[in-house]
Amino acid sequence: MAEFSRLDIDATDLATHAAGLLGNGYRLALVAAHHDSPADRGREMFRVVYVFTAGPPDRRVELVLRAAAAEPHVPSLASISFPASRFEREMRDLYGIEPDNHPLPRSLVHHPRWPASWHPMRRDAGPRPEPSTAQPFPFLTVEGDGVYEIPVGPVHAGLIEPGHFRFSVVGETVLKLKARLWYVHKGIEKLSEGKSVDDGLALAERVSGDTAAGHTLAYCLAVEDALRIQTSPGIARMRAALLELERLHNHVADIGALCNDVAYGIAHAHTQRIRERLLRLNKATTGHRLLRGGIFPGGAALNHIPDTSDIRAIATDLAQVVDIALGNSVIRERFTGTAVLTRQQAVDTGTLGYVAKASGLSYDARVAHPFCDQGSTVTVPQHTSGDVLARFLVRAQEAQTSAALLRELLPTLLATRLASRVPPAAGASTSGVGIVEGWRGTIVHRVELHPDAAALARWKIVDPSFLNWPALPLAMVDTIVPDFPLANKSFNLSYAGNDL
Amino acid sequence: MTPWLVAVAQAALLALAAPLVVGVTRAVPARLAGRAGGRIAQPWRDLCKQLRKQPTSPADASMFFVAAPAVMMATSLIVAATGPFIAATSLFGGADLIVVVGLLLLGTVALALAGLDTGTAFGGMGASRAMVIAALVEPTLLLAVFALSFRVGSTDLSRIVAAGATEPARVFTPASLLAAAALAIATLAETGRIPVDNPATHLELTMVHEAMVLEYSGRDLALVEWAAALRLSILLGLLANLFAPWGVATSLDPMWLAVGAAVFIGKVCGLAALLSAGEVWTAKLRLFRVPELLAGSFFLGLLAVLASAILA
Repeated sequence: MAEFSRLDIDATDLATHAAGLLGNGYRLALVAAHHDSPADRGREMFRVVYVFTAGPPDRRVELVLRAAAAEPHVPSLASISFPASRFEREMRDLYGIEPDNHPLPRSLVHHPRWPASWHPMRRDAGPRPEPSTAQPFPFLTVEGDGVYEIPVGPVHAGLIEPGHFRFSVVGETVLKLKARLWYVHKGIEKLSEGKSVDDGLALAERVSGDTAAGHTLAYCLAVEDALRIQTSPGIARMRAALLELERLHNHVADIGALCNDVAYGIAHAHTQRIRERLLRLNKATTGHRLLRGGIFPGGAALNHIPDTSDIRAIATDLAQVVDIALGNSVIRERFTGTAVLTRQQAVDTGTLGYVAKASGLSYDARVAHPFCDQGSTVTVPQHTSGDVLARFLVRAQEAQTSAALLRELLPTLLATRLASRVPPAAGASTSGVGIVEGWRGTIVHRVELHPDAAALARWKIVDPSFLNWPALPLAMVDTIVPDFPLANKSFNLSYAGNDL
Repeated sequence: MTPWLVAVAQAALLALAAPLVVGVTRAVPARLAGRAGGRIAQPWRDLCKQLRKQPTSPADASMFFVAAPAVMMATSLIVAATGPFIAATSLFGGADLIVVVGLLLLGTVALALAGLDTGTAFGGMGASRAMVIAALVEPTLLLAVFALSFRVGSTDLSRIVAAGATEPARVFTPASLLAAAALAIATLAETGRIPVDNPATHLELTMVHEAMVLEYSGRDLALVEWAAALRLSILLGLLANLFAPWGVATSLDPMWLAVGAAVFIGKVCGLAALLSAGEVWTAKLRLFRVPELLAGSFFLGLLAVLASAILA
């Protein structure tokens, strides 16, 4: 089990504690604000929970800070942690908790037509007010000879999610890129308040459609942590298999899409064929092509166990496509040295997943926070060049690792439904954290349950995209405009998971 | 048959066949990639659909935007009518190499101006890229054909093709291969094919030709696409007839004209299939590598001219 501690701290101690933890190899995984009612905690107040994690061995520390109900404010950690600065801006928009001395106290999540004083996550926020006139969104204007701006989106050609990108360009070289997201803010966290644990499951499966297994598992682990449910190793293995199936089909799709973005359509056609085979396998396994329905609080269910020979054949097939693509000198040239994210930039922005692994970081939640004993089979690929090629190679290698893990896991599984007993209520307000290495990177969920019933009081979701998005503009500096789609695809960040 | 009638028939044939040639360039890679792909006549269906629709213009666009489709189509039709495609009988003296390249360039410039005229970032971006490419492609087109015209002593395309068909030994030298390679690369670039541009992409930031036509709709879009298809057929037809002139009618006998038309369609479709099959094996170059490719093709053309001149 994970080593866990929780500290109630004062505002003056926050920076010292945080700096100490960050210095000891912890990362800031999640910041969740809470608006407590007098019924919950005796008096109305705001409570901010900072979750720091490190591993291996699996260690988790929660710092809890309280802020007054009237004009709440907390000290900003922006000067020691970039991810903290993003969490603080999110909190400022949704809860109206002001981070003191924040270097960039601008809205992040807030829709430009929401009144600035409306904070939707507060208990007394009420229904959404009528849209007001749009607030201006400041873009840093780059000036100079021949500098011009290219605005792109939020509506794009092709079936992709909405995001606005503003390029400041001289000639074809990008000087600065500013991304504006949160066009698909759905209010998932608000929506979950008061829902039963089972109803929350349906939301978890839909946080980001391509990461159904990852987010569902993180949610279930958090709920089980809160309710102190011990799941059997058999359940953990079933879940681990679903997680790898999800990684496999997404990496296959990305490998093809990267080739398609350099007009190498044939590799795309073949990866689509392989992906379709995987999706049909998924459908047989859980009843859903994107693996919904296989994982639920306290258990897991499989309708069918994929054949290891199928997985082996798919892995060989994929390796061949990757070899053919990289054997093409034009593709190699397009990938190499494009959109470089240096190791230092990756560390500073707190990137996760294949983006971090391509820039020389080795953090992987399957190793750092294992929920299932997978022995030494989890090999974490690591590249140092930080370019599109490195992110392509990490995907190709992770897909092979996933196939290897599946070949070990699948023979130990039975097509059945396994469930642990879920206690109806914990009796006291409890919280839990779930950490999962989804295919994009480390997903962290934190839930707080109502004391009387197994219902959600607060659910905070952190998709790796939230931390990886700021890295994309960094990598785009000095890259040329026509390489942006390729660079963007190599990050392939979720809008839905980021915007929530 | 009168020369006028032949010219009109030739233009009509090219205009009718051009969308089908585009259909071939889409069907072949689809089949090679294991996809079903669309029908060969699909571009025609798309054109018919768009021709029925009313065009819209951006609020700030001026006459350049409105005129460009007509200019592109008109210049392409003139080249299609007078060029040595079915018959190489030089009756107008209009198929002069420099005139043909100039007319094609006029269409390119008209579209680039229209792209700028829309006032959008994409239009301007596409126009600037298209001009960089055109500045490198047009000299190559000229040089590659000069290598042949040197041997014939005329820049009239019809005479070059006729001479090639009747006395190939006089026209073709090993250097002609260099010229053919240069013209082939220039054709790829001029018609926006892989590895220079990707006609199938939806990614605006990578586009060249497509970025300039993003604001077109309805009839105007149909005209632009039709003219672009026509230019593809024209350039493939020139490539085919200059370097493999066999089957071109050298008189105005209707039977020979019919044979010439059939052979021409066969040659262009064959080249289109070859071109698009080649696209399956290659990827798109980084934009900054495109000038290197085009400079290479220019150099090939230059070598071809020098070799023809010295060997003569």
